[in-house]
Parts: sequence; structure tokens; C-alpha cells
Amino acid sequence: MTRYIVRRLLQAVPLLFFISLLLFVMMQNMGDPLATMGGRTMTRSQDRARLTRQLGLDKPVIVQYFFWLIGNDWTKIDLDGDGIAESPGIRKGVLRGDFGYSLVNRKPAMEVILERLPNTLLLMVSAEVVVILGSLLLGIYAALRQYSLADNVVTTLSFIGYSMPIFFVALGLMYIFAVNFKAWGLPYLPTVGMFDPRVGKSVWQVAWHMILPIFTIAITSFAANSRYVRSTMLEAMGQDYIRTARSKGIPRRSIVFIHALKNASLPIITVVGLDLPFLLGGAVVTERIFAWPGMGRLFLDHVSRADTPVVMGILMLIAVAVIFFQIITDVLYAWLDPRIRYH
Amino acid sequence: MTVENIPELTPVSLQDEIETPVLSLTQLAWRRFRRHRMAVAGAVALVLLVLYCTAGSLFFTEDYANFNDLSIKLQAPSQEHPFGTDTIGRDILARTIYGGQISLLIGLTAMLVEIIVGVLIGAFTGYFGGWLDAVLMRMTEAVLIVPQIFLLLVMAKFFGGSIPDIHLFGRDFSGSVIVIILIIGLTAWPYTARIVRSQFLSIKENEFILAARANGASTWSIIFGHILPNSIAPIVVAATLGIANAITLEAYISFLGLGVRPPTATWGNMLEGAYNYIDQGIYWLWLFPGLLILLIVLAINFVGDGLRDALDPRSRAA
Repeated sequence: MTRYIVRRLLQAVPLLFFISLLLFVMMQNMGDPLATMGGRTMTRSQDRARLTRQLGLDKPVIVQYFFWLIGNDWTKIDLDGDGIAESPGIRKGVLRGDFGYSLVNRKPAMEVILERLPNTLLLMVSAEVVVILGSLLLGIYAALRQYSLADNVVTTLSFIGYSMPIFFVALGLMYIFAVNFKAWGLPYLPTVGMFDPRVGKSVWQVAWHMILPIFTIAITSFAANSRYVRSTMLEAMGQDYIRTARSKGIPRRSIVFIHALKNASLPIITVVGLDLPFLLGGAVVTERIFAWPGMGRLFLDHVSRADTPVVMGILMLIAVAVIFFQIITDVLYAWLDPRIRYH
Repeated sequence: MTVENIPELTPVSLQDEIETPVLSLTQLAWRRFRRHRMAVAGAVALVLLVLYCTAGSLFFTEDYANFNDLSIKLQAPSQEHPFGTDTIGRDILARTIYGGQISLLIGLTAMLVEIIVGVLIGAFTGYFGGWLDAVLMRMTEAVLIVPQIFLLLVMAKFFGGSIPDIHLFGRDFSGSVIVIILIIGLTAWPYTARIVRSQFLSIKENEFILAARANGASTWSIIFGHILPNSIAPIVVAATLGIANAITLEAYISFLGLGVRPPTATWGNMLEGAYNYIDQGIYWLWLFPGLLILLIVLAINFVGDGLRDALDPRSRAA
């Protein structure tokens, strides 16, 4: 097992280099990062040239990539533009944990990202919990009543949910639970932000503001997952050991939830582990609509301002997280199912 | 008893054999497809939606769809404007018709790009293996690691604004349409490539491939003449679902403001900014284009599901 994990980690390294190079090259044409730096005042052309040299934007892409990767403190850069490199570089490079400074607000890129990360995680983890619980309930219910009316309704609804774009769900939920509930004089849900600035940030406020975004993400994920639970439950319920358990007179409840579910939940782990990229992708849209101050919105804001350090930081963080979760999923699966052995 | 039963059974089974007409693979597939009721309903809905987008342009001109009149902005659905008017007073009904054409165009062409790239890469890696396989599969993994929406947003920015407007089918298209088609196609191919690769890996081990090679068939003709036709079923299914996926993705990027530029309408960019008006109870900005996206994606998904059952009965999902 240890060898397997080490091999997977070693395989991930060239992959990450490749992804980072690919993304870095694509960053180059995103627009002029200097255009937004001066704020309202026009940047003077000599300042502009100096900034370009300081940020290394005058260098070829591949050199910029290496400076980003391993830093430039081992070499000298030409700040005054006379062709002679005289000032020592100060960047340490990503490999030594320095993601550079945000071009928008001059803070360290990682600091900017880590400020937002907890908000995204909070939303994602709660949404995932709702998705897992909900799809288990729906899937088991449908599996136990195969081909019944309830099963068909769940199946049809999951097809619809699967086909719904996230923004449509979001706007629909907002319209019903925020706008119309308000109009009908019912307690209505907030649509924007993490907390009401007049009340202040409290656990209750954040939870209250999280309801709509969570269900927006959950409704689109319920569909595929509950279908999956249904099919693995059906398979498990048809196994010999279930018949044995039944013939021994074990109550149905414990057959379903102990004997069948335990075995059926194995493949579900894979689905949950591989859901991560989709959850993160959905977060971009969800955070935008609900003005949730998370990483997805940070990404959108900084992409539009060509802020390479922050955008690259977010993308690499996501890439590492996705690879990490793939490995965790595989390892967990092998650990839970002794029939599987990795070599 | 058994002796008595046999003469009774034989004519029945014989008759059965005679009455069953010889069906081609297509006819068999069509039979299975017809039995999938939701898939047929999906196909009908799809035809109706395509009709809506094409025949609809007989009633409204594109100039009317792009004509804005600020004095009638944000009007609720009425006799004159059945779907209401948008933030700058354009008729939403007419815009859904012309927007639908673009959305369909993007769905179809992005799918073509995806399938061509995916099939080529999948076929070459699956057939040749070796270092080509290793390199291209790492590339596939790399594209799959970063969630597609992030890649799309970066690429939309990368190519954005660099392509001039074009004139096609008597309509002017914003260059951003081409950008969106390309970037969706170029980020979606890994899924197809993986399917095709696994097909090639198993089919190339068959005896008929050996026979073809012994007969002197060229590598080119083995790949495209012998193996590809045998792996067409999963490719057709992937292509169908690829259209739905492309339409949704276009809607996502346009919704986020990095997609097709106005005045060219798409179902996606009609939704852009709709959430700013939701507090005022204005539902018609997002409801109609959103419903159309939902309907077409649902219809295509049902058709794809039906095709999967019809073309490859072994892969029937539990």
C-alpha cells in the first residue's frame, strides 16, 4: 500500500508541472496587468517600463515561468533598463512556497487566497454533507421500491435535476424563497453575502445565509448521486448474503441499513471523492450569484484583472486538491474493500 | 408426454423464424430506441425546440431581436411582448429565437471539435500505445484535473477579442462565438479520447484486425476502416451528450460575462445580470431562456440515454 501511495504521488509531480506550464502560458494573453495597477491615475510611461521590468514581464514566457517556479533571488534583474542586471531578485518561487504578490492589491497571493478559502470550504463541506445524506435517503428509498410510482418520480426528478444548469436552480430558489416569500409576508431567506452587516457576523447569521447556496449546489448533485446509490443498493439487495440474512429472520430495517448499505456504500465513496472538481466548478457560479466571498468569486474577479499570481495560485491549489482527493479515494476504497489490492 | 409436446412446439418456433424479418443493425437499434419512451419524448421535444429556433425567425427579424427601446424596458409579459422585455427594452421572445440558433450552433460545432480531437487522440493512443500514449494520456489527465469551468474562463480570457466578426448563413456573428466553440471543444475532448482509447485497446486485439493486417491493409485503413466503425456506438452517445454539455457550458461562461458578446443573443448571455433584478420580482429575464436551456439539455440527455440502450444493449445501465 505504501508503495502504491508513493508511486501515485510521484506520478502526480510531472502532471502538476505540466498543468502549471500550460496554465502559465495561457495567463500571458489575459490582458495588461499593469492597466489596473495605477488605479485612477494614469501610470507614467517610465514607471510603467520600470514596473514591467520589476515584475519580469519583459522576459520571455518560459523565463517568467521559471521565475514563478523557482524564484529569481539567485540572479540579478535589470531595473533601470540600461541593459545591465544590477538589482538582486526577491522572489522565492512557488517551489519554496512564494506565490508572488497579487497585482491588484499588492498582498501576498497566498494570503489573499487563504483569506477566502475557509468560506468556500464551509460552503462546499456543508453542501457535500447535504448531498450525501439526501442522495442516500432518496437512493435507498427508490431502490427498496423499485419500479413503483415513487421510484419513477425520483428517477424522473433526478434526470431533471441533472439537466438543470446551476444558475437556473439558484435563480429559481431565490425567486421562490427570497422574493416571493417576502411578498407573501413569510419568513424569507437572504440571497446576498455571508451575513447581514446590520446584525454582524454570527454562526446563526452565516448558517441562515448558507441555506440557499447549499441547496443550489445540492439539487444539481442529488440527481446523479441518488441514481448511483439506487443502482448499488439494488445490486447489494440481490446478493446471496441478503437472502441468507432474510431467511434467518433478521428484521428488514437492519438488513437494509446494516447488511446492504454497508456494502453498497463502498462505490459511493468513489463518487463522493471524484465529485470535488464539479463542486468547485459549481462554486464559481454559486458564489457569484449569492455574492458569497469565496475562492470562486476571487477567481472571477482576478481573472478579469489579469492577476496572474492569484489566479495561478487558485488553479494550482485546485489541481493539488483534485489529485490529492483522487489518491485518497483510491486508497480509502482499497482499505475498505479487502478484495481490492493495488500493486 | 415429451414426445407429444415436440410436434406442437416445432411449427411455432419455425413460424417464428420465418416471420421475423431480417433486420439491419440500424433497424434493430431503432426498435430498441422506440421502446425507450422518454427517449422518444426527448427526440420529439428536440425537434420542436429546433423548429422553434428556426421557424421562429420567419416571424421576427434579427434586427427586431436586437432592437432596443429604453422606454419599454423591463416590461412584464404582455400581448405585445409575450415573454416581456429585457433591461434595455428588447423583446425576449425574439431574442430566445435568435439566441437559440446560436446556442444550438455552439452546441453542435463544439461537439464536432470535441469529437474530432477526441477520436483522433483516442484512436492514436489506443492503437499505437508506447510513448505517444504515455505523453497524450498525461495531457488528457492534465486537462481533466482542473475543473472545466476554470479552464474555460482562463481560455475565454486568453482568446477573447482576438477574432473579428464573421458573416455566415446571412447573419453576423460576434467573433466571440468562434472563441466559445473552440474553447469548449478543446477542453471537452479528454472524455471522448478516453472512451475511444479503451475501445481501440480492446478491439485491436480481435482476429479480424489480424486478418486485415495479413491481407495487407494499411495502418490508416485499419484505424479508420476497421476499428473506428466498430467503436461508433459509444462515440455517438458521447457526441449526443456532448451537445448538451456544450450548451450548458456556453450558458455558464456567458452567464459569468466572459462568453458571447451582445448584441448577439444566446440563451446563456440573456441570463447575464438577471439576478440583479430578481429582488424586484422580475422573473421573465431568467425564466424563459433558463427554461429553454433546461428543456433542450433534458431532451438531449434522454435521447442520449435512449441511444446508449439502443446502440449497445450490453451496456444497459442498472
